[in-house]
Amino acid sequence: MKQVFKKTTMLTDKPFTYCPGCTHGIIHRLVAEVLEELGIGQDTIGVAPVGCAVMCYEFFNCDMHVSAHGRAPAIATGIKRVYPDKIVFTYQGDGDLASIGTAETIHVAARGENLTTIFINNAIYGMTGGQMAPTTLMEQKTTTSPTGRSESLGGNPIKMSEILATIDGVCYVERTSVHNPQHIIATKKAIKKAFQNQIDNKGYSIVEVLSNCPTNWGMSPQQSLVWMEENMIPVYPLGVKKEVK
Amino acid sequence: MEGKFIFAGFGGQGVLTAGQIVALAGMIEDKSVTWMPSYGPEMRGGAANCSVVVSTSLVGSPIVDVPDTVVVMNKPSLDIFENSVAKNGFLIYNESLISTKPTRTDITILPIPCNQIAKDLGNVKVANIVSLGAFLATTDTVTMDSLIAGLKDKFGESKKHLFDVNIEALNKGYEFAKSLI
Amino acid sequence: MKKELIKGNIAIAEAAIAAGCQCFFGYPITPQNEIPEYMSLKMPQLGRTFVQSESEVSAINMVYGAAGSGARVMTSSSGPGMSLKQEGISFLAGAELPCVIVNVMRGGPGLGGIQPAQADYYQSVKGGGHGDYHLVVYAPSTVQEAVELTQKAFHTADKYRIPVVVLADGVLGQMMEPATITVPKEEPLPEKTWATTSIGNSSRKPNIANSLYLDPYKLEKHIQHLAKKFDVITENEIMVEYNDIENAEIVVVAYGTTARIVRSAMNTLKKEGINIGLVRPITLSPFPTDEINQACKNANSVLVVEMSLGQMIDDVKIAINGEKPVNFYGRQGGVIPKASDVVDEIKKLRGVI
Repeated sequence: MKQVFKKTTMLTDKPFTYCPGCTHGIIHRLVAEVLEELGIGQDTIGVAPVGCAVMCYEFFNCDMHVSAHGRAPAIATGIKRVYPDKIVFTYQGDGDLASIGTAETIHVAARGENLTTIFINNAIYGMTGGQMAPTTLMEQKTTTSPTGRSESLGGNPIKMSEILATIDGVCYVERTSVHNPQHIIATKKAIKKAFQNQIDNKGYSIVEVLSNCPTNWGMSPQQSLVWMEENMIPVYPLGVKKEVK
Repeated sequence: MEGKFIFAGFGGQGVLTAGQIVALAGMIEDKSVTWMPSYGPEMRGGAANCSVVVSTSLVGSPIVDVPDTVVVMNKPSLDIFENSVAKNGFLIYNESLISTKPTRTDITILPIPCNQIAKDLGNVKVANIVSLGAFLATTDTVTMDSLIAGLKDKFGESKKHLFDVNIEALNKGYEFAKSLI
Repeated sequence: MKKELIKGNIAIAEAAIAAGCQCFFGYPITPQNEIPEYMSLKMPQLGRTFVQSESEVSAINMVYGAAGSGARVMTSSSGPGMSLKQEGISFLAGAELPCVIVNVMRGGPGLGGIQPAQADYYQSVKGGGHGDYHLVVYAPSTVQEAVELTQKAFHTADKYRIPVVVLADGVLGQMMEPATITVPKEEPLPEKTWATTSIGNSSRKPNIANSLYLDPYKLEKHIQHLAKKFDVITENEIMVEYNDIENAEIVVVAYGTTARIVRSAMNTLKKEGINIGLVRPITLSPFPTDEINQACKNANSVLVVEMSLGQMIDDVKIAINGEKPVNFYGRQGGVIPKASDVVDEIKKLRGVI
């Protein structure tokens, strides 16, 4: 029988530990497929964040570092300076990248480090049990904004892609979403571009992927995908925010 | 034999350099030496000083509390360090910039018009080296030859054209101090 | 190599370069600024890496990345900066990544001051970061020794896969002293087969630089592995210097700059016929517990001198184990004890004054 599909070699055989309906698994697969398709998997070193995706070091079939919360860009800088010819990426969530690691995020961009970041924005802290994230929407209820996020108590959602697009040294910023197949395909395209840029030595590339958290949002997986489209995309508009050709 | 010295003035007067030349001279003589600067924000335009120890045995503390000789290039340094000089020790002060006379009677006080002598040599910047010459008149811990070698080492080839005026400054300072002792 | 009159901070930087330090990541803070300044000029000239990080937190995590990739890497800091680095140091210890961390100590707590102190003993020796771990801590006392211990630090780090601290202070960092920068002769080291070099054409499994063990039994096993490793270090790597302990009625225990001050005091006392001994721990971690006990066997009492409220004294008391009085003299906040103060203190202890 002819084989028409097989799992990418850049994922290990370890089953994902993510909750049912979580899109981390989809995004992992996209990253892994891109690494394989670009033929760079053997030359890749990844950095896992703190958050649900900390476990990704067991899923990506390449050398990995497990970082402290928010420090992945600094660690990636250290790796890349030792191996300028290798492919180095960070995979970070919103709390990691846009809150505790904001300084690292801004400065890795300002240095124009030739790295790729996959930024998963699901508007909540998943691993710790559904607390407010820097990207939590206004009025969104979380375990630390139980009456809904208000400006006076919780501040405003932070739009990292728009911020990063203003920084010299950044080569490519795009925000995508994985709430339906069409956008999953677009996300893969963006991830591929972000890695291709690194191969081409173009500087810092980041793809912000809008993602879900059915468990902590208190929704079914299907409801969560609808919620993403109806609530997140208006606040976090999709598209290329910066691209240096 | 061990000599403990302090060189003090304000930033830019070359007191740290003068101290380093003494340390270099001691090193050239294969002695144990330390040079320790004051550091921090007060170095900019304010008081600068360094402790220098030259010894025939291993130097213990690099911090000089009771110096055998103190060289002060400005009034605030005189106020700070006059009392620290060891009994029977030496206090060299820059008479060109300090009008108040030191009051200790148990030490040898040497007023040296460092800036004036330097001006007469045609380069007011060598006032610190004049004071270094005067310093040499107060101690046997290093020789004039090693001080000159230390000076050349410190300034390096790029400042070779300044060797002569500096050596002259050393000699003038030394002679002036000798005439007072 | 020629002997040169060199500042402690610069000597540490040059020593690191001679020892093959490939990467330096740091952030400015007084009194260690000469180290990053020197590195910023020299490392790029040599085709090596210098990055001025956005924070101490980032610097230590850049160290993590480079160390995990197998490079010889160093960072340096002082006081508040060292506190910021503790997060990364804990991760480095957990992930068993070799690196060298220089602390040119200043007075604290808080912003404290910029003058020399030894108040980071607890932080360096007892932890500082979270969790069950030990570091190796070297405490140089002269500029030449700072050179040698910095170089040894790289070797020890690589030999045992452990972060190593060079614990200096503002005096040692700022003072100039003659020293020779040599290229160290090193024993062969194990290959860094664990480093994240990328898999390349090899058939090995992915290498992971990691300190996460969610299963408590696995974490316990890992911690016990770290502890066993530290036992081996304790067995093999303790360094201590003795001065005149044979006929000493009082033995002083002091490290780093303070040991120099004590030596000056000993010279004064010797002239007066008073025999004082000095034990100087060179490794503060592992601590020379048995060595200190033995060195003090014949003494009537022990005096610990530190530029702090008394931190190392805890370990000296453990070493003496209640066998004789352990006294303390110290100055704090950047005030450097005078040799004459130590003399007075010892006379007081002898009941002369």
